[in-house]
Amino acid sequence: MDLRSLTAENLTCIRGGRLVFRDVSLRVEAGQVLALEGANGAGKTSLLRMIAGFLAPESGTITLKSDSKDVHDGEERGKRVGWLGHADAAKPQMTPRETLRFFADIYCVPGDIDVALDAVGLTRPRDLPAQYLSAGQKKRLALARLKLCGRPLWLLDEPLAALDADGKALAAQFIRQHCAAGGIAIAATHEQLGIEVIRIQLA
Amino acid sequence: MSAFFAVLSRDIRLATRAGGGAFLALAFFAAVATLVPLGVGSDLQLLARIAGGVLWVGAILAALLSLDRLFQPDFEDGSLDVLALSPMPLEALSFAKIVAHWITTGLALTILSPILGLLFGLPRQEYMPLVISLAIGTPAVSAIGAIAAGLTLSIRRGGLILPFIVLPLLAPVVIFGASAVTGAVEGLPNGALGLLAAFSFAVTVISSFVTAAALRLNLAG
Repeated sequence: MDLRSLTAENLTCIRGGRLVFRDVSLRVEAGQVLALEGANGAGKTSLLRMIAGFLAPESGTITLKSDSKDVHDGEERGKRVGWLGHADAAKPQMTPRETLRFFADIYCVPGDIDVALDAVGLTRPRDLPAQYLSAGQKKRLALARLKLCGRPLWLLDEPLAALDADGKALAAQFIRQHCAAGGIAIAATHEQLGIEVIRIQLA
Repeated sequence: MSAFFAVLSRDIRLATRAGGGAFLALAFFAAVATLVPLGVGSDLQLLARIAGGVLWVGAILAALLSLDRLFQPDFEDGSLDVLALSPMPLEALSFAKIVAHWITTGLALTILSPILGLLFGLPRQEYMPLVISLAIGTPAVSAIGAIAAGLTLSIRRGGLILPFIVLPLLAPVVIFGASAVTGAVEGLPNGALGLLAAFSFAVTVISSFVTAAALRLNLAG
């Protein structure tokens, strides 16, 4: 991964005419994990959506530096983002295998779907429509998708929610491996990730 | 290109599986087309004259039924976020979804329409114009519908206001589509099919871009 750093300066977010946060700055280097903390409604998800390029900041700048160039444009930055939202992007009518196959095709990534499913412990229900999966199993499926898509900047919204102890360890392991390979991970979470992180508090 | 076909085949599969709505649209179309002759009575000449209009309106209403399923499920379950961040441009995603919607509704309704034409005692020379006008015109229904579906994405029960956005815009389709059919009865040459094709082509080209813009708006909100 040719990622160097992600810098955000003096971000202000206004939603529905209400100020969510102002003057938020952060800096993450390649290989680091940033934990976003803050009470409900502090704007953790909004900040993640801003970094992903969905939401334009009211003021301030976000810069993604890589070896080849600096990216300022939100949509272009989004093409480097691996997204793990609070919704799991699993269609009730589709099996984990079909879901992963679909996203692998869309993201133009090679990769063995069955191996990816084995890695998150979904070997048994891999041909079961997702409506029969538990919330934790769907989160595992989302983790498998995140890893398979191979994006350098991971944005994780409550990555540990609904996961059991094994699943939490698995998520932490994925994040550790991702950062060891030179990636960046930013996680909005209320729980301890169990890995070394930089913390930032949204007031 | 493979991403385009991945979206296309996924959407067709979802539409034809349980809860997808493709068969619902067909059943609705058949029900409307069956009830009208029962209500109007057995005046075959009258039925033949209104057949084009009734079948066209029925087809549009049937296609409307599944429009709120175009983007809303993807928006609610988070798939749209993941799709928006993929290498595929939102314009291409919109186009793939419009094509999938057309195949599962417009094309299916077109294929079903000659059978329903029987119920109206449609004269033999009218079957061809009916099928051709539906085949040419229904892409416009999916295309305009996609814009409205994109705009109403984040509105709860957005499906209820969809018709109010879509139906006025579809007036040209009904006018040209139905008159292409009735024109054939009267044996008069008219430019309805040509105008229908032009309208349909134009909105299909434009709508991917407008729909993508509407999706961006909603992803930010």
